[in-house]
Amino acid sequence: MQEQPLDAFLAAHPFFKELDQAYLHLLAGCASNVVFQPGQYLFREGDQANRFFAIRQGKVALEIAVPGRVAITIETLDDGDVLGWSWIVPPHTKQFDARAVELTRALAFDATCLRGKCEHDPKLGFELMKRFTQLLGQRLQATRLQLLDVYTSSA
Amino acid sequence: MSTQVAPNPTIATREDPMVPRVFKVQSVRRETADTSTLALQPVPPARHVSGRAARVGPGPSDGAASCAFSPGQFNMVYVFGVGEIPISISGSPRQPQHFIHTTRVVGAVTKALCGLKRGAAVGVRGPFGSAWPLREAEGHDVVIVAGGIGLAPLRPAVLELMAHRDRYGRIALLYGTRSPEDMLFRKELERWRGRFDLEVHVTVDRATAEWRGHVGVVTALFHRATFDPSNTMAMMCGPEVMMRFSARELIKRGATVDRIFASMERNMKCAIGTCGHCQFGPMFICKNGPVLPYSALHSWIEWREI
Repeated sequence: MQEQPLDAFLAAHPFFKELDQAYLHLLAGCASNVVFQPGQYLFREGDQANRFFAIRQGKVALEIAVPGRVAITIETLDDGDVLGWSWIVPPHTKQFDARAVELTRALAFDATCLRGKCEHDPKLGFELMKRFTQLLGQRLQATRLQLLDVYTSSA
Repeated sequence: MSTQVAPNPTIATREDPMVPRVFKVQSVRRETADTSTLALQPVPPARHVSGRAARVGPGPSDGAASCAFSPGQFNMVYVFGVGEIPISISGSPRQPQHFIHTTRVVGAVTKALCGLKRGAAVGVRGPFGSAWPLREAEGHDVVIVAGGIGLAPLRPAVLELMAHRDRYGRIALLYGTRSPEDMLFRKELERWRGRFDLEVHVTVDRATAEWRGHVGVVTALFHRATFDPSNTMAMMCGPEVMMRFSARELIKRGATVDRIFASMERNMKCAIGTCGHCQFGPMFICKNGPVLPYSALHSWIEWREI
């Protein structure tokens, strides 16, 4: 993958669109490149939400482990998706397992560092809260559509 | 582009659209655990045996007529002694020697239909209804959005788009289904996915770790497809709620309501707009539809009582 400054990557990312340059710089300062091999877990249900991810390339499955059965994938995320909202919502606990389906490159953001910055700068905190709440809303809506089991009802 | 909904001219030219033609089941192919594809071949006109006309099954037998249709149209298929249902045509319009229908078992008639053996007789009225706007889509990007069994009525459109590939811009097929096991036309989808001139994205609602593809709702596929929403013709078929959310997603991205088309489903009985069973606001789905521009639908589709 071609090297790209993290600020530039974030500025071009739809999730961070129109965020102040200073905040982009701050976010980039809390981020680091990470790589996950196929099958490797980014995090597990119950883990402390110390990081969230912006996927640069690859595919990640969000799974629920069901005792006595194989894990069920409820959503997959890939290039351009943001993974992990629980870092900003107490009690900061991961709700699902996240497993790399294929070789995945991502930016990992240090949540502990960012939470501190959000506490000190409510404008940044509110801006990020709005974006992650929107993400949470999209995930909730998608889950509700899946729960409707709509594809079976059509003749 | 006009958004006025016109009745289908094929209805007016049919001599007696209420009388079924007799067809025989040429082949039955199991697609999934509850879905089958049937090829229906017209039975030739009455044969004369010892001076008397012998017919196959009840009803007149003018089945030797062509099976020509336009992608998006449907037939009323009658399983003798059980009942009649509307089923979209899922075959290629370039093969007018038979009708191909893909149906999922949801009730008594579809159960009986999927249980028929080769050579069995069925009644067919049609084809009826409006078609996908393939001519109007020329010069545009095309996005096909299918949910579950909704891929079946869109298959003829995809085949036609591929047959005239140079007439269209980018083409993307977004298909959502319940699970990998419920996927229709699996081999054909794999072939389409292998083409460089057709973008195919498939997603399932639920999967185990063996599934390597996407998991999530079909609307989550829009950002993965490459198309220019302001110059896109969209064609959707699937559960109404899926089409509603898909249309919202397309409009949010810049598509216009008169370039979004949906194939609607209602309880159709006569198929010629006289019985009123399939009334949808000011329209009859059988006569004005099933393919309708979203500009004609969007004010009605949000009404719960419709």
